[in-house]
Parts: sequence; C-alpha cells; structure tokens
Amino acid sequence: MACCLLVLPLAVRANAITLSDSCPAGFELTRGQCKLRSLYQLYPSLEDAGVGGLKTGLPAYRDGFSPQQIDLGRYLFFDPVLSADGSVSCASCHQPERGFADGLGRSLGASGEPLRRSAPSLWNVAFQQRLFWDARASSLEEQMTGPLYDQHEMATSPEQLLATLNGIPQYRELFSQAWPQDFQAPGAQIRLDHVYLAIAAFEASLISLNSRYDQYAHGYADALTGPEKEGLNVFRSFVARCAECHTPPLFTNQQIAVIGTPEPEGLPFDAGASEPLGEPTLRGGFKVPSLRNIELTAPYMHSGRFATLREAAAFYTGGRGHAVPEGENLKIHWHIWEPNLSDEELDRLVDFLATLTDESFKPRVPAELPSGMQPVHNEFARQGVPPEDGAPIDE
Amino acid sequence: MNKATMIIGAVVLLAGGYFVGKSGQKPATVIKVDSEPKAAFTSSGAEEVAAATTQGALVRSLVTPTSGELIIVSEGESIQDAVVAASPGAVIKVMPGVYKETVYIDKDNITLSGVIEEGRYPVLEGEGLRNDAVLYSGNGVTVENLYITHYKGNGIMGQAGNNFIIRNNFIVDTGIYGIFPQLGKNGIVSHNIVSGIEDAAIYVGMSDNVDVVFNQVFESVAGIEIENSRHALVEANFVYNNTGGILAFITPGLPIKTCGDVLIRNNFIVDNNHENFAIEGSLVSNIPVGTGVLVMACDDVVVEGNIITGNDSVGITLTDFSLAGNAANDPESEPNPNRPRILNNIMRDNGNDPAPVVRAALAAMLESTGPDIVDTVGMDDGCILNPERYRTIGLGKYTECEFSTTANVASYMLPEPVPGRSMEDLDKGKLAYYGVCAGCHAYSARMIGPPTQIIQALYMDNPQGIADYAANPVKKRPDYPEMPPQSHLDEETRLAAAEYMLRVKEAAAP
Repeated sequence: MACCLLVLPLAVRANAITLSDSCPAGFELTRGQCKLRSLYQLYPSLEDAGVGGLKTGLPAYRDGFSPQQIDLGRYLFFDPVLSADGSVSCASCHQPERGFADGLGRSLGASGEPLRRSAPSLWNVAFQQRLFWDARASSLEEQMTGPLYDQHEMATSPEQLLATLNGIPQYRELFSQAWPQDFQAPGAQIRLDHVYLAIAAFEASLISLNSRYDQYAHGYADALTGPEKEGLNVFRSFVARCAECHTPPLFTNQQIAVIGTPEPEGLPFDAGASEPLGEPTLRGGFKVPSLRNIELTAPYMHSGRFATLREAAAFYTGGRGHAVPEGENLKIHWHIWEPNLSDEELDRLVDFLATLTDESFKPRVPAELPSGMQPVHNEFARQGVPPEDGAPIDE
Repeated sequence: MNKATMIIGAVVLLAGGYFVGKSGQKPATVIKVDSEPKAAFTSSGAEEVAAATTQGALVRSLVTPTSGELIIVSEGESIQDAVVAASPGAVIKVMPGVYKETVYIDKDNITLSGVIEEGRYPVLEGEGLRNDAVLYSGNGVTVENLYITHYKGNGIMGQAGNNFIIRNNFIVDTGIYGIFPQLGKNGIVSHNIVSGIEDAAIYVGMSDNVDVVFNQVFESVAGIEIENSRHALVEANFVYNNTGGILAFITPGLPIKTCGDVLIRNNFIVDNNHENFAIEGSLVSNIPVGTGVLVMACDDVVVEGNIITGNDSVGITLTDFSLAGNAANDPESEPNPNRPRILNNIMRDNGNDPAPVVRAALAAMLESTGPDIVDTVGMDDGCILNPERYRTIGLGKYTECEFSTTANVASYMLPEPVPGRSMEDLDKGKLAYYGVCAGCHAYSARMIGPPTQIIQALYMDNPQGIADYAANPVKKRPDYPEMPPQSHLDEETRLAAAEYMLRVKEAAAP
C-alpha cells in the first residue's frame, strides 16, 4: 500500500485543470449555487412527502452546491487514486454507461472478490433520504465512508486518503478552486469534509426526470404507446400494486419492505435492514429501490438473483413468501400477495418500466484525472466487455 | 403468520387494560348536571374549515369545473375513448348499458357521470378478469352514478388527485377496495352503496381533508377505513354486517406516517359480524369478527353520536400495533392512539359472541362478554363523557371531555379547492429550460445542441420562432445532430421556455 503514496504523485503530470463555472444540466446557477430545476416543481405533493401520482411534486433533495464543487466531485468520482492500491474508483461500481451501477449481481471489491450486495444506481440519489440497501446511512457523506474504507472495497483510510490527495499539487489547486476561502493560508490542507462534500455534490447532480414516462406525466398523452399505457395501468393497479411502494415521481416510497426475494444459489440468507436498525421484524427487509433507469441496471434485487426485469416482475406473482427459506419466519409486506398476473401483463409491465429510462443529463467522464492516472471503470479484467455505447468523454 | 403469538400478545394487552380499568370496586353512578356550558371543540387545522362555515359558505360545495364540452358514451362504445378525446372541463355522460373496460383519467377537471334511466345504471363489468374499474390521477375529477362489479382490484382508485368527488355509485363484489382515494387532498365520498369487498369498502389512504358521508356499506371485511390521513370526517354512514365497521388506522411502513383529527360521528354501526374473508397477510385479516369501531395508532379521534349496536366482539376498540402482528414494525410510526375522545354514543348489545381472539383475552379476565369500549393500551390522555353508561375495559385513566359536541366542524373539506400548482416556483419557462432544454443546450459551451448564446443571437425577440422550431425541428447545422421534437411540451410551456431561453443571462461565477 505504501508504494502508491510514493509512486502515484510521480506518475505522468496532468495538464492544468480548471473546474467548470457552469452548473450541470438540470440546474440553475443562482448566487453561486446550483439549484435543481424541474417541471415537477410546478406540482404540490401531499404533506410534502413527494409521493403520489403523475403530477406530484418531488421529495426533499440535496442541491445548492457550487459548480466547482460538483465538477471537483466528478474528478474524484472517476479517480482510482482514491482507492488504496489505485485499482478502483467510485465509478468502478457506479459506471455511467451501466446506469451508474455495474451490471453485476454482487459488486467486486478491490480484491476482485464479490461483495455481499449489488451496487445501486446513483441516478436521482439526491432524493434518497437513506442510503445502502439496508438503509444504514442517512447522508451521501456518511454513505461514502462505507466503500472508501471497507477493506474489501476501496480499502483506503482517512489518513491515506488525505495524504494521497494533499500529495498531489493538482488536487490541492482544484480544492482551492472549489473552496477558495479555505485555501487562503499557505499550506492549507485538503480536509475529509471537502472530499465528502465534493463527491456528494457530483452524485446529487445525477438527475433523471426526462423519460418518456415524464412526458406522459406532464400531459403529453402520446409519449407512451398503447402497450406501455397498459403496462402503466397494470403497474398502478391494485392487483399488481407496484406503485404502492414504487410510488411516482421517484418510483420509490423510500420505505423498508420485507418482500422475501431469494438469494442467488448457494448464498446465505441476508437479514437486511433488521441488523443496522435493530428491528427484528424488519428481518429480510430492504430499502425500496427507485425504478428510474431500471432497464439499465440488471441484474435485479439486493444480490442480483434475477437476470431480467421480466424475472424480477414475475417474482411478485409467485405467491406470498414462496421463496423464503425454510425456518425463516418473515413479516412479509402486506402488498406481497398472489396477483396472478398473466404472461401478457408481465410483458406489459416490462414495456412500461423501459419508459422510465432517461440519460439526457449523463455527465462526461474526465479525459484526464488530476492524479495523472487513467479511469479504470471500464477495464475488461474487472467487468467484461463494456457496452458499445460508452459514456461521453470531455473534449 | 404466527397466530399463537398474536393471540398471546392480545391477551396480555387486554389483561393489562383490565388491570388499569377495573382495579378496585366500581364506583356508584354519579348523576351530574352541568352548571356551565362546555368548551368548544378545537382541532389543529379545523379553524380554517370552521371559519368558512360560520361565514355562511355552503358546506361541501366542491364542484368539478366544467367547460361546456359534453361527450356522450353509449353502449357498444368505449368510455376510455371518450376520456382520451376529452379536454379538461369536459363532462362525459355514460348511458345505461354494460362497459367492459378499465377507465383511466390522467387529466384534470373531468366529470365521469352515469346517466340513470328508470333505475338502469351504466355497468362497468370486470368479469373477474380486469384489474380496476376507474383509475384517476388528475385533479378535480368527479366519478358518479356508475354500477361497478366483478373487478379484481379496486372499484374507483385515485392516485394523488386533489379536489375529488366520488358519489352515488354502486360497487358490488369488487376486489380489494371499493373506493380508494390515495394521496389526495380535499375530497368527498358520499352516497355510495358498497358491498362484498375483500378489504375496505371505502378506504381513504394517506389523504388530507376528506369527508366520507351518507354511504351504505356492508358485507365487506372493513366498512370504512381512514388510514394515515389527517382531517377526515366520517359521518352519517350506514355500516353493517362487515367484519369491522369503521376503522382509523396507522399502517406502519408507509411514507406518510401520521393519522389524526378523525371525526367518526352520527353513523349507524350495526351488527358488524361478517366472517373475515380478507386476503392472508393483509392488515384487515387481523380484525376480529364483531368489531364496531377500531382505532389503531390514530391520534385525536373523536367518536360522537353513533349508534353502535350488535357488534359481537367489541363496540369500540382503541389499540396499538399489537393488533397488526403480521406486519413489520416501523420505528418511525408512533404506535399509540393518542388523545382519544369518546363523546356520547348509543351502545347496546355489543360483545355477545366474541371472536376467538377476543374471547381468549376476556377469559384471562374471567369475562365472557365483550365490552362496549376497550382501550388495550390504557391511554392516560383520553377523555369520555358519561362513562358509566358503557361496559368498558382499560379506560381507568380517561378524564371527562371538556367539550360535548364537534358541531362547530361541519366538514373537514377545505373552503376553497386546492390550487393545481405548487407555490414554490411558478416560472414554468425557467423550469422547462433548465429541466428539459438544458440536457442539450448549455449557456455558452457546446453540448449536444448549439449554445444558448448562439440561439439568443439568432432569434433575438422571436420566442415563437424557437417554440415552433422545437415542435418540428429540421436538420440545420451539419456539425450538430438533428434536434428531437419537443412537441411533448404543450404550446404554452414551449413558448415560456423559449422566452426564458432568450432572456437568460448566466451570471458570472463568483
């Protein structure tokens, strides 16, 4: 590990980078802050909870970061220098071209071993009140200390992270662009809260609210085809009941639900949220994931048991508790029942889910990283062949 | 589910209530004559409603705005086709006949109204095949005069529509919920006749300011259920032969976690002794047969002026989540039925044949007849008038209510309809520019489309030109991809976005 501290700053010297002074798409620059703008802000929502129907306002969200903080976060997000051995970046498990997930049932850590659960998509993470499948973190800053310091993931430490970044002049320059007031004194150091805030700022800029579904919701009836509208009606019907937990406009109600999905063959039962929350009745419970861009993030469920959306949808018609291991007595959610959906209804559900795809605000991958390292998130050895439709790269 | 655990839990709780309520000798009935008038009823949020009524406004005067557009649907035609053709403000009149479809209304201010001829209604027939009869998400929707039967899901279901009116419908043998407005604000459910429902016949879920009045509800598992809602009036309904009559609930694990200010007033809640035929795992599968009124975790519930008779387990039950033993707990939901208020009610013949779970609890107290009122928690912030009239368990800490009537709250509906827009930011052009256009157009940098600055120079004072081009773009610049049509934005929004695009000046970074 110590080798990297010495070697990395000596790697190819990057060209000077200037952080962007414009907000990412979807944000208005006002008084130095990037504020989210969306047609959904036209609509009210009951008790300001941000759950409802088509024309319902958004849940509470994070915004108000400066353009420079967001752009700095983008560099950090893609830079493998944040990991102990320089082998992985945040983007390794949250790849822009895979819906900010990684296409794996269980993500791979720095060692290449599968981790316990799958990497969730980061699209619209600005709206998430609780992070991780088991809801154990309540802010993006808290969340990222998980993978950064987990010995199976990026495996660094706060000391190593700060030493690495402070050892790279380019990063010291960029942090001073993002926090000029904190870097006036000579010898001012990059702090952990700077690092966390910058990455949070970038993550919170990943907004996806312009799908064809959204065009339909805002009033354009022809945005969806006939079969997709049928799918919407199955989705929100009280037979399938999908919308009761995957509630518009974010397609999650952000609650924890015990639904009893199976693990991949041979894996032990995952107790989920009951452990961090100390609530035994939530055994097997997980945070309801948003379904936006869900088409892009197969395989599905917390450990990737279902390869396709069709299989994931079919789980819900398999019968209440049908996949619960023997000996487990779970408090299965009341909306899990036997809706007896037909094959055609399942097909229509999949049709509808694909209308929730929108990557129009996809950020660019930095062409050069401040560390001088190369982005690693598309490396063949880790993930197999990357999708042909790669992410746009800075020009 | 683990039934044994649930029964034991209930026994312990009821026994606890017994201990609270019956320790010591029963005092002699005290006969009192009030020397001073009692205080007026108050509840949070009632002021606005009460003020409007005292100013002479009509109670429940909500109407769906109409434009004069009329669409008539006759047997053999599709109601949904009429909805597709309708503009906001249209009245769709459905002639008597049989209609086999799901109707979904994703528009505002639509009146869907059956025409009744010599007692013949238009029938929405689900044939046991279709999911829901009527779904709406628009604001200001009226659904009236329909006969709905044999759907698998819900009869009439709202998702977030405000200012709704659901009245004068028959809903018979239809799936999970008969009438289910959810996540809506300001509405009325009145004069419906609902029966044969596997969960709640009328279910107000996660909503605010709803009146449920003058309905006839029977042979369902739950008659009328107010769940995770605030400011609901349940008045003058005839609720009989359900498993449970009227319920005010918090369901744990929902995103809106409170229930409160529910008035259950002047209803007939009679002989609710129907077998529980709820779906396994549902919350209402826990309701003991013979339950009149059930308050679970809902706060500030007032029970006033009801006739509650012949319910074989208990007349009024106040309880916490221990009744919902088959659901996971929600650490964020407060489980107690805080500040229950029981004013004068007529109660008789309740508890004559308690359900097994209630019977087991009573047996632990050497009782065999269910009480008129039980509080299984033993709340210490409740109040009751004339407690000596009833057989009660667990009310030992209740005090005398400071008010004797809620007559000053004629309705919990709002005096004015909820506005269609949020007040947060009404510049639609700006929201569309940043929320949609900015995906391709940055202010000064080249993205997928040309920079806004270049467009400003080109169009100057011609926003209509931008709006028209955006609706039907053609390939203009060899070095840029062709623009995708933005006709999904309506004309007004396109023009507003174009106007904003021409006037936006990106502030220099500090």
